[in-house]
Amino acid sequence: MASIDVTAIRKNYGSIAVLHGVDLAIRDGEFVVLVGPSGCGKSTLLRMIAGLEEITAGEIQIGGMRVNDLEPKDRDIAMVFQSYALYPHMTVAGNMSYSLRLRRAAKELIAGKVASAAATLGLENLLERRPRALSGGQRQRVAMGRAIVRAPKAFLFDEPLSNLDARLRETMRGEIKRLHQSLGATSIYVTHDQIEAMTLADRIVAMNAGLVQQVGSPLDLYDRPANLFVAGFIGSPAMNMFGGTYRAADSAFVAHDNTAIPLGRAYQCADGAPVTLGIRPEHVVVGGGQGAAAPVDLVEPTGFGTILHLRALGADLKAFTLERKTAQVGETTHVTLPPERLHLFDQSGARIA
Amino acid sequence: MRERLLGTIAHRLAILVYMAFALFPLFWLLKVSVTPPDLLYSEGVPMWPSRATLDNFSFVLQHTDFPKYFRNSVIVSGSTAIIVTLLASLAGYALSRFQFRGKPWIIVLMLLTQMFPLVMLVAPIFKMLSPLGLTNSLTGLVVVYVAFNVPFATFLMQSFFDGIPKDLEEAAMIDGATRFRAFRQIILPLTLPGIAATLGFVFTAAWSELLFALMLISGAASSTFPVGLLSFVSKFAVDFGQMMAAGVLALIPACLFFLLIQRYLVQGLTAGAVKG
Amino acid sequence: MLRRFAIASEPYLYSAPALILIVVVMLAPLALGLSYAFRDVKLLNPFSGGFVGLDHFRELIDDRTFARALKNTFFWAGASVVLQFGFGLILALLLNRPFAGRSLVQALVFLPWAVPSFLSGLNWAWMFNPVVGPIPHWLAAIGLMDTPANILSDPHNAMWGPIIANVWWGIPFFAITLLAALQAIPRDLYEAASIDGANAVQRFKSITLPFLAPTIAITILLRTVWIANFADLIVVMTNGGPADRTQIVASYIFTQAFRRLDFGYASAIAVVLLLLLMAYALLIVLLRQSLLKRA
Repeated sequence: MASIDVTAIRKNYGSIAVLHGVDLAIRDGEFVVLVGPSGCGKSTLLRMIAGLEEITAGEIQIGGMRVNDLEPKDRDIAMVFQSYALYPHMTVAGNMSYSLRLRRAAKELIAGKVASAAATLGLENLLERRPRALSGGQRQRVAMGRAIVRAPKAFLFDEPLSNLDARLRETMRGEIKRLHQSLGATSIYVTHDQIEAMTLADRIVAMNAGLVQQVGSPLDLYDRPANLFVAGFIGSPAMNMFGGTYRAADSAFVAHDNTAIPLGRAYQCADGAPVTLGIRPEHVVVGGGQGAAAPVDLVEPTGFGTILHLRALGADLKAFTLERKTAQVGETTHVTLPPERLHLFDQSGARIA
Repeated sequence: MRERLLGTIAHRLAILVYMAFALFPLFWLLKVSVTPPDLLYSEGVPMWPSRATLDNFSFVLQHTDFPKYFRNSVIVSGSTAIIVTLLASLAGYALSRFQFRGKPWIIVLMLLTQMFPLVMLVAPIFKMLSPLGLTNSLTGLVVVYVAFNVPFATFLMQSFFDGIPKDLEEAAMIDGATRFRAFRQIILPLTLPGIAATLGFVFTAAWSELLFALMLISGAASSTFPVGLLSFVSKFAVDFGQMMAAGVLALIPACLFFLLIQRYLVQGLTAGAVKG
Repeated sequence: MLRRFAIASEPYLYSAPALILIVVVMLAPLALGLSYAFRDVKLLNPFSGGFVGLDHFRELIDDRTFARALKNTFFWAGASVVLQFGFGLILALLLNRPFAGRSLVQALVFLPWAVPSFLSGLNWAWMFNPVVGPIPHWLAAIGLMDTPANILSDPHNAMWGPIIANVWWGIPFFAITLLAALQAIPRDLYEAASIDGANAVQRFKSITLPFLAPTIAITILLRTVWIANFADLIVVMTNGGPADRTQIVASYIFTQAFRRLDFGYASAIAVVLLLLLMAYALLIVLLRQSLLKRA
């Protein structure tokens, strides 16, 4: 197990800059998730740590040792690919033992390690099968088994669950989390799915357009998003956002339709400055006769709750409630926006304290 | 309903015509090869001789140099096929996996070699090989054939490599293999159809090559089949039965190989087409 | 630093053996051959090798055989490609419909491609020979010939011999390529067109042809060049005769080099051929540019 330190990493493909300077310090044993939309650079960063991509500038250290010039095979890391990359012509046992066979380890040692990894993942009965005879979930487990057998300094996961259907993804998510709890291995996990990020990570690294947007625990990013990107990316359904201005006199947000929303406290913001107000759908209080009037546009029942699409503040407002709301389309209900649940962002998108 | 039936009948008839056109010359070759010499002229036209014989074949096999020609062709074609497949695998892998500055130049170079008339090189190659003692030698022929076939074989192997996901080498390299080891142990075993197709294609091409063999080989000892057959034709212009028997013998390896690999060739061409 | 160099040079190392061979065996002789065009190089004359400037080219301009070879090359390439493509397309369309025994039929009908080209030439030459072949007798029987004679000895029609052998041998190549392209066309398009009311001919024109067009274009362009340079059949069947009437430029080069052993003159002809090919390639590139601009 080891720590991983990424310092001032840049990556250019020819003249196109993909990573603009990334700094990251991952602690020994930590599970870090790199999350962001397609093209944000998260996979590129992972592959640079693995040694599959050249480093244009900056330094990567694994366990305190600089690895910029080391081949992937010398970095003592294991990787689980999105497509599993299992060797088609080898059995499951062959796949899992390949790295040890390359190092000419003793046969008994190999057999022992393969057996214990197989036991951990429930693969004992599949050892003699070929990959093409396995289901998606089984292949995923073999890919993880291949990594576990190595007992490497760190595990790298490149969107391993993207090829599985929703049901299987849920199950495997739990298994990965349980595996990390029992092995305690340093892990870097790349995904574009914010639910995976929230449920698996010790810390989340949110990335966009080649830059790190925020690093913190999942609840940090949920409660105190550092900018509009993180606010809109984390949490589903996405946060509601409204444009308007800040009125210092009574610490209120004035929407474009001149509705005033009390903010409850003063913000470090100039009077009249353009700001964006954010509130998560699950924090909007619906009904109860209080608050502003809001006509109902759309009702989406999800079984365990209801998503209501309303009109308020001159724009669309989504509200999520755990109750079975039987509001009809066309009816008018009332919404309250609790001040302690509000987020304010300035013109550049940064959070206002 | 009637329209469909007529359409089907027309379809089958057309196919039959094509099959007849394709197979008739080969059938004729066979027919004359089993016609005894005395019936050759009197029974030029009928479809099958009244008395079939294998005498022509035994004559060709026992009293001419054909077995030697056959052996030389096998040696040359076989060596060419193996060496070309080796070189083309390496080069095709490079073109498939790497992006590098020289790549477009290499591709252009290989495409150009496919387009220009090889016959132009007949004189200078002779002049170049002669001081090296490689004229009138099977080795010289193999060197020339290998160079001629490498470009097409490279493209063929490249399209087969393109069909194998890159993650496999990457997984192997992370597991501890060098790229070359990953190439040998993981990727090559998965391209066996491609290797078979390339071997078969190059073997057939080398087996049929005529002009350079004619130019570079002058002695019967090193003659390949085409050269031997042609010299036979000019020397023994009247022994058609025997010449055709030799022709039938020449056909066998080529047709065998072809029947084995034609499935892979269509596959390889289609794979390239789908990738665009 | 060293690692960066090692990584950058990897692809070159993999492609080096192939490249070295190509450069040595194809490019070096090419350069050498180009130089011969301007020198007097006769294999039988050990004292030859001197520089003669443009003498060969002057000789070429007056060479009537060369002029005819040039004309023949166009006729040979044109007729061969049109017939091979036409019949190949029909065959591909026929094979595109599933029917019982299709894979066997396919293997048999593609068999001519496996026959070595020289053997195809000899085979057809024998079939055209009235002594042992049936064709002259059939042609006489249906009235195309007065008496069974060998068309390969007929100065006016001899060219058809190699052309027919070439077509027999070349149909499978076109058929395979076109079949692969046909099978890549999604079935749903035909079904949608049927529902919209298109008959077979209309479906062919509005779906099959547009999809095939790029494959057709590239295949024909490349194949034309290849066929224009394909001298084997002519050398085997007629040796350029009778009286040099079936020579094409490529076979003329060969007979000059192989039989007259005049490397200098052969190389001069080759230079002209190379220039023609470059002009052809340029034409294609320009055509492609203008088509792309219009699109």
